[in-house]
Amino acid sequence: MPEVPEVLTAPLVVEFPFTRSLGPVQSAFLTGLRERTVLGVTCQDGRVLVPPVEYDPVTAEELSDLVEVAPTGTVTTWAWNPGPRRGQPLRTPFAWVLVRLDGADSALLHALDAPGPDAVRTGMRVRIRWAAERTGAITDIACFEPSDDAPPATAPVPHDGEFADPVTGITAPARLDYTYAPGRAQSRYLRALADRRTVGERCPACRKVYVPPRGACPTCGVATDAQVEVGPRGTVTTFCIVNIKAKNLDIEVPYVYAHIALDGADLALHARIGGIPYDRVRMGLRVEPVWTEGGRFPDHYRPTGEPDADYDSYKELI
Amino acid sequence: MREVAVVAFGQSRHVRDSAETSEVEMLMPVLHDVLARTGLTAGEIDFTCSGSSDYLAGRAFSFTMALDGVGAWPPISESHVEMDGAWALYEAWVKILTGEAETALVYAYGKSSPGEVRDVLTRQLDPYYLAPLWPDSVALAALQARALIDAGLTDERQLAGIAARSRAAAADNPYAQLRGAVPVGEPLAAPLHTGDCPPVSDGAAAVVLAAGDTARRLTERPAWIRGLDHRVEAHSPGVRDLTDSPSTRLAAERAGYFALPHGPKGMGGAPAVDTVELHAPFTSQEVVLRRALNLDGPAGADIRINPSGGALAANPVMAAGLIRIGEAAARIQRGESQRALAHATSGPCLQQNLVAVLEGEAR
Repeated sequence: MPEVPEVLTAPLVVEFPFTRSLGPVQSAFLTGLRERTVLGVTCQDGRVLVPPVEYDPVTAEELSDLVEVAPTGTVTTWAWNPGPRRGQPLRTPFAWVLVRLDGADSALLHALDAPGPDAVRTGMRVRIRWAAERTGAITDIACFEPSDDAPPATAPVPHDGEFADPVTGITAPARLDYTYAPGRAQSRYLRALADRRTVGERCPACRKVYVPPRGACPTCGVATDAQVEVGPRGTVTTFCIVNIKAKNLDIEVPYVYAHIALDGADLALHARIGGIPYDRVRMGLRVEPVWTEGGRFPDHYRPTGEPDADYDSYKELI
Repeated sequence: MREVAVVAFGQSRHVRDSAETSEVEMLMPVLHDVLARTGLTAGEIDFTCSGSSDYLAGRAFSFTMALDGVGAWPPISESHVEMDGAWALYEAWVKILTGEAETALVYAYGKSSPGEVRDVLTRQLDPYYLAPLWPDSVALAALQARALIDAGLTDERQLAGIAARSRAAAADNPYAQLRGAVPVGEPLAAPLHTGDCPPVSDGAAAVVLAAGDTARRLTERPAWIRGLDHRVEAHSPGVRDLTDSPSTRLAAERAGYFALPHGPKGMGGAPAVDTVELHAPFTSQEVVLRRALNLDGPAGADIRINPSGGALAANPVMAAGLIRIGEAAARIQRGESQRALAHATSGPCLQQNLVAVLEGEAR
């Protein structure tokens, strides 16, 4: 077995800036929140759902009869959150609550601003604290707060759901932070690459050398177990001409991106080709890596000046 | 209907952080182990199905990388679900029932260590009303626990007892992560304490299924799947009765659990299984599941619940449900159980539930 080096890790941030459209019921509800009006939807059996949904969760019937309910309600269950996490409604410890608003038959999830768990109980009365700036989102409710208000004496009243300038979509940004760990094989590969050596791994069964190695032979399903230095020179097996500039990439178009079979490797890796006009790149072109000062991987590959490789020598690697 | 059995089960030693291995490096030994138990090679398996989630480790299309560990050439018949591996097993079971496959390899893996699993799981929630608030998995489970306590169905002491029983059982499980005496700990989201919550785990598991005589040829004692069903409830926690699990009850009914000999059928007793593996990552969820499956009556007293320690002892997300089926089947294969129920869950507060009834050959 090859020596197991200390594995590498690196921070990885994944962000999902989703834009989502709303149906008629959700649009009315979220626009209503912007206007400090809470709407529910009435099911065929008379239950009022808050937050309202487009389809009955039991019968799947399409729902559209909106009613206005009160901004006050009752806690149906709760949990104390001693350490608020990023994105949660409050920065200080709070209670997660399900609140059945007065006039509703279902409960809405949100935060309750309370000094401590001793101040919270199931059945307690609460009211909405509105966010100062409202955009038509569930976060237009900043949180709930304790309230002495009695439930209104009247039943919820029908509402046509009409508002000026209705909200028809939401943007839902989300960010997740990871510590990426590429594992043993790729750590070995990346460490060698930092020394300007390209090290693949050989499958003990089919003897193929994979670059970059991922720890397993995808054909045989066994661990690659021997490190094999390959290259540095290689052969362009196939390529494309990139004509559209990528965001945040400081490379003039058009340029060539190619599959390169490094000498001794049984799998082509891909890299940019430089040092030659884009329209002169061809299959069989012999290339070598170009390193930049401090770079952990080749910046690009350039022609070696050798005669082109014979097609038969790389046809299995296309 | 065709008979289908679990003929082999394997799993990794579940750990808090497996940074030294990539997903495929973690999974591959488990695949080799489970195939070796049957003597089959990957090429001899008719259908391969896996369960995993890219969100856990933040690696797009990670399941395609994991396939490297199977050996997918010449091209294999393969499928993947972005769900717990128990649902991958369901797909493979159906595939065998149709007659299109005689054998199937099912695997699942989850690496929670690269990210914050409590945050990651918020991304499975309703993106309009829930996800923008980032209600984490512990908070949602705690709302359910409070509802149970308020309804007089459990208390914090009983929950601590479930935690203690699970980790004590796991002392005999070399693959488990939390074993033996584990303190109740501080309130993480009251009423739930640290001890009521599952460990954060990295791990993998695999199962081989086979039909009829093929199963009998591959193993001395197949664990026959007598019934398998899954049901889902409404997503919003505010429209559900969080103290009950009608989806578990219905899945169990459809899997034939309540029709087993000495079944309750209104009598209030538990059906004649000797072992139950419940996928209850939080102690309070076991209370809900026991109620749904009538495990609390006098007839339930002889049933071993989670002899593996369950998800409270090791919780590799996306694999923990498949492991319940595997653990139940392995007990049958070892002759320690004649008939078992295995359960898997998905979504917030036990939203979706799968039930399998497994049985050894009549003796």
